[in-house]
Amino acid sequence: MSTLDIGGRAVPAAGHLAPPMPLKRLQGLSDRALAWLFVGPTILLLLAFNIFPLIWTIALSFTGYRANRPNADLVWVGGSNYSRVLADEDIWANMQATAHFLCWSITLELLLGFGLALLLNKRFKGHSFFSTVILLPMMLAPAVVGTFWKYFFEPQYGIFNHLVAFFGGPAGFTMLGDTTLSPWAIVLVDTWMWTPYVMLLLLAGLRSIPPYLYEAAEIDRASEWTKFWRITLPMVLPFIVLALLFRLIENFKMFDLVDQLTNGGPGSVTELASIHLKREAFEKWRTGYSSALAIILFVAIYGLSLVTVRFLDRVKQR
Amino acid sequence: MSAVLHPSGRGPLEPTRRAQWLAGILVVGYAILSLIPLVWIVMTSFRTPQDAIAYPPKMLAEPSLIGYVNLFTTRSRVSAEELASLPPPTTWYEGLVRDQQMILAGPSRFADRYLNSVLIGFGSTLLSVALGTLAAYAFSRFRVPGKDDLLFFILSTRMMPPIAVAIPVYLMYRAVGLSDTHLGLILLYTVVNLSLSVWLLKGFMDEIPREYEEAAMVDGYTRFQAFVKVVLPQAATGIATTAIFCLIFAWNEYAFALLLTSGTAQTSPPFIPTIIGEGGLDWPAMAAGTTLFLLPVLIFTVLLRKHLLRGITFGAIRK
Repeated sequence: MSTLDIGGRAVPAAGHLAPPMPLKRLQGLSDRALAWLFVGPTILLLLAFNIFPLIWTIALSFTGYRANRPNADLVWVGGSNYSRVLADEDIWANMQATAHFLCWSITLELLLGFGLALLLNKRFKGHSFFSTVILLPMMLAPAVVGTFWKYFFEPQYGIFNHLVAFFGGPAGFTMLGDTTLSPWAIVLVDTWMWTPYVMLLLLAGLRSIPPYLYEAAEIDRASEWTKFWRITLPMVLPFIVLALLFRLIENFKMFDLVDQLTNGGPGSVTELASIHLKREAFEKWRTGYSSALAIILFVAIYGLSLVTVRFLDRVKQR
Repeated sequence: MSAVLHPSGRGPLEPTRRAQWLAGILVVGYAILSLIPLVWIVMTSFRTPQDAIAYPPKMLAEPSLIGYVNLFTTRSRVSAEELASLPPPTTWYEGLVRDQQMILAGPSRFADRYLNSVLIGFGSTLLSVALGTLAAYAFSRFRVPGKDDLLFFILSTRMMPPIAVAIPVYLMYRAVGLSDTHLGLILLYTVVNLSLSVWLLKGFMDEIPREYEEAAMVDGYTRFQAFVKVVLPQAATGIATTAIFCLIFAWNEYAFALLLTSGTAQTSPPFIPTIIGEGGLDWPAMAAGTTLFLLPVLIFTVLLRKHLLRGITFGAIRK
C-alpha cells in the first residue's frame, strides 16, 4: 500500500500547470508513482470483484451454507461437496451435454466460418458489404436471440419448420420439445450466432498470408489443392486455434442463450454445466455445493484454455 | 473487377471471374439465410397478436403498430357496453387499444427498463474506459513489476463463468445493500469490461510513438501533462472503439442482470422475455421491444466494422 501513498503525494505535483523542468531523478520517481496511480484502481477493483469473490467461493465450497438461510450455523463439511459433485451422475450428464454442445457448435462454426472466409477472400464485387451484413447476428444480445428462436422453433406458428418443409425437409417435428432434437437446436442457434466471429478471424488470417508464397507455388505449377494444403491451411492454422480458444471459453461459459431458448429442457437434455450451476445456486439455494461446482468448472475452463494456449504457441513457432 | 485493375500485385493470382461469381452467390445466399431471423423479428413487431401466431405463418400481414403500443402501455379489458359509453379516443394509440376492446390503464415498465439499460451501459462504459485508459498507459509506457503476470491475470478474469462469480457477488451485494441498485450493476459491468478495456487500449497505446510525449516533456511538460495533452488525443479513436465494445457488452449482458436485479435496476434483456399479453406471450410487443433494443447495436456494428476484429479478439489481432 505504501507505493499507493507515494502515488497520492505525487498527484498534486503533477497537476500544476507549466512547472519548471523537473530534475531527472524526481521525474523517474514520479513516473513510478504515476504507474502505480494509474494501475492501482484497476487492480483494486479486480481484487475486490474477482479475487475476493473467488476466495469466498473457495471458502464456501467447504461449507454447507445456504444463501436462503443466512442465519443458520455455518457447518464446515471439508471436501465432501467436491466428492459429491464428482460422484453425481447428473453432473456427468450435464458435462456430456456441454461436451456435445461444445464439440458440435465449435466444429460447425470453424467449418462454416472457414468456408465463408475463403469465399469472401475471392474479393467479388460487394464482398466488404456482405462481410459486414453477415456479422450482425454475433453483436445481438444472446438472451433476446434465445427468446426469439423459441418463437421460430414453435411447430405451429414458427417459421423454422415451414422453411425446412419448404426446402423439402420433413414436417411435424418439434425442435425444442424433442429430447433428440433440442440438443441440436442449441447447436444450430449458437452456430448461427457465432459463425461470423470465426469467419472474421479467419478472413484476417487469410489476408495475412504474403502473396509471394502463392506466386512461388504458381511458378512450381502447384495445383490448387496443393496450394491449399501446403500454404493456406498451415498459414491460417494459428488463427484457427485462436478462434478455437475464444469459442471454447465463451461456449463453456454459455448461459444466456440456452437459459432463454430451452432452460435446460426438455427434461435436462440441454442442461449445460452453467445452467445446472444456476439451478443449484439460485433455485435450490445449495450455495456450498454449487460453489464447489463453480470452482470445478473454473478449473476445467482454465485448464482447457491453457492447453489451447500451449498448442497455439507451438503452432505459431512453426 | 478485371485482373488488370487489381493493384495489389496479385495479378496472376486474381481469382477467375467464374470463381468470383460462385463465391458471391454462395456468400449472398448465406447472408440472406442468416438475416431471416432478424428480418422476421422486425416484421413481427409490426403485426397484430393474432397474425403473429397465425397457422401457417403469414409471409405478409397487414402492418400494425399494436405491438409498439402494447409494449409501452398496460391495458385492461372492458365490456362492449362500457366501451360504447366512453367518449371517443383522443389519441391514435388509444384508438388502437380500443379496437382490441380494451382501455388504457397506464404506462408499462419497458421505458424504465430501457432507461436502466442506457444508464448502466453508459455508466459502466465510462468507468471501465477511464480506468482502462490509465492502466493501459502505465502498462504500455512504464516498467510495472510483474507486468506480464498482471496482464495475464487481468485477462484470466474473463474466464470465470458469470454464474460462478454471481454466487459470492450476490452475497456481497446483499450484505452491503447493493442488490438491485444501478451502482451495483455499474460496478460489476465495469469490472467485467476492465480486462477488455485494458488489453485493447494497451494495443492502441503501443501504437502511439513514444517520441511524441518525449518531445513534449523536453518542452517542459510533466509526464502527466504529456499524457493528457499529447497521448489522449492520439488515442481518441482507440478509446472510442473500446467504449463501444464495453457498451455493447453491458447492453447485452443477461446473467448478472437476471440474478442480481429484480425491479429497480433491472435492464432490458431479462425484462423483454417476460412481456405477457392476454393468453400468453405478447410476441408483437416482445418483437417491438427487441427491435428498439437491437437498433443501437446494429448502428454501432456498422460504425465499428473496421475495428471489430480487434475488439472481439481482445486486441490479439490488429489490422
